[in-house]
Amino acid sequence: MTLAASSHGFLSPTGVEVAFLLVGIVTLGAAVITVTTKQLVHAALWLVVALGGLAVEYLLLTAEFIAWVQVLIYVGSVVVLLLFGLMLTRAPIGRSPDADSGNRWAALTVAVAAAAALVWVVVDAFRTTWIDLDGAAGGADGGSTAVTGASLFQSWVLPFEALSVLLLAALVGAIVLSRKAAAEGERPQGSTNKAPSDKGKAPSDKDTAPSGKDQAASGKEGVR
Amino acid sequence: MNDALDVALRLLVVFVVFLTLPLIIGQTEHKVMAHMQGRLGPMYAGGFHGWAQLVADGVKFAQKEDVVPAGADRRIFQLAPAVALLPYLLVLVAIPIGPSESAVGQIVDAGIFFVLAVMGVGVLGSLMAGWASANKFSLLGGLRTAAQLLAYELPMLLTAASVAMAAGTVSLPGIVNAFEWWWLPWQIVGAIVFFVAGLAELQRPPFDMPVADSEIIFGAYTEYTGLRFALFLLAEYAGIVVLCGLTTVLFLGGWHGPWGADGLGWVWTFLKTAVLAFIVIWLRVTYPRLREDQLQKLSWTLLVPLSLAQIALTGVVKVVIQ
Repeated sequence: MTLAASSHGFLSPTGVEVAFLLVGIVTLGAAVITVTTKQLVHAALWLVVALGGLAVEYLLLTAEFIAWVQVLIYVGSVVVLLLFGLMLTRAPIGRSPDADSGNRWAALTVAVAAAAALVWVVVDAFRTTWIDLDGAAGGADGGSTAVTGASLFQSWVLPFEALSVLLLAALVGAIVLSRKAAAEGERPQGSTNKAPSDKGKAPSDKDTAPSGKDQAASGKEGVR
Repeated sequence: MNDALDVALRLLVVFVVFLTLPLIIGQTEHKVMAHMQGRLGPMYAGGFHGWAQLVADGVKFAQKEDVVPAGADRRIFQLAPAVALLPYLLVLVAIPIGPSESAVGQIVDAGIFFVLAVMGVGVLGSLMAGWASANKFSLLGGLRTAAQLLAYELPMLLTAASVAMAAGTVSLPGIVNAFEWWWLPWQIVGAIVFFVAGLAELQRPPFDMPVADSEIIFGAYTEYTGLRFALFLLAEYAGIVVLCGLTTVLFLGGWHGPWGADGLGWVWTFLKTAVLAFIVIWLRVTYPRLREDQLQKLSWTLLVPLSLAQIALTGVVKVVIQ
């Protein structure tokens, strides 16, 4: 690691840096379209472009393993789950005029604050440090699977395990939610005080989960 | 310049393989199914045993009108076949067929993850097709595709992880290099789970619920005609090539064979792949289609526990022999 100012300037970018910037612009654009488009399924598909762009960025940083995991988990599974949920509930072709949320300004504030925090942390952590991607520690590529695995399971085991506990909690929560929904679905059969609530037609103020099945599926997703 | 030429040549070879092998498997399917069902199959096109039948089919598909339904989402509808087909082309690049450096399109460091990740992307094509067709049968097909992928990707990944543990590497050539003959009994459960889950991911019978013709016409591909429909069919056959090639490389030792491993290793790879492709066709004519709930049950209650047990076994044996 050397200081950036001494050997690498901002005004003489390499091809990789130019590509990194261009892919970043495409990714950002796709992400903005994802949250602004009025066509629900198009939003999910633009999300594929944004997540795929991120994978390309990882590749350009020679973090090959992370890039393929990004494709495997996000493009291959999370988006498929999203599309599944959309198709199961409602996925009209064309615009949905009511796709806008009333909370858009609050959401924008949170998003900008989160982005600012992340950018600030990264900038503050590395400042002008220059990391040579080609010949980092151990002769192998800095982002190769071996290096990634070694650092993950030697230096960062505790955060890794903490995250897996978080995912386990999400799984348990999903099971609880789906069991509760099933129990409520059966009970009104005998009593007449309340109309039985079909999945997806439940009043939104009572339960935020549209259907227990979706939640269970997302829980399974979390385990990965 | 030489490097560029080398890369171009490799990509060209992969592309030619990508265009020919699926057709060969398609023709084999015609004939094998015919013989297993006691009939002739295509006999006239090309003269000798109907070898040109698929070429004739291709010409027929190219002549058909390319129809986009009025209510469909035009761009996504047209984009879907490409999204379904291209991932398999990309995967072929990373599958090694021989021991030398020149026998693989491109060596990928995290090869297993690359092939499984990219194969998963292909399913997006079916989902896009199912949604964009503006047809309820297509939508049902898309839904079933998504549910099937979510159920079967997990056992596939787990069994692939088991092999990676055994070999101590995630690179595909590295795994075959580390292969010993006794891995076959050691990893046999994983191999079967991987193959079955792969069949389900390709939506081949008996896991063809998403295209079940007696229930939902042709699932996500109902509205497609002409070349775009042919591209979906090609994607299925390319998927068979990729799945059989991957199973060969991961579980059957790729280019290792009882004799002639030097120089003729690629013959072993092709031979094993061909036998697996024959089994894929055999299963199609043998087993009836599973019901949707049976499909989910098979994955979550049988394949996932089996693959977890395989990982445990791999870990134990690995520790013992060290």
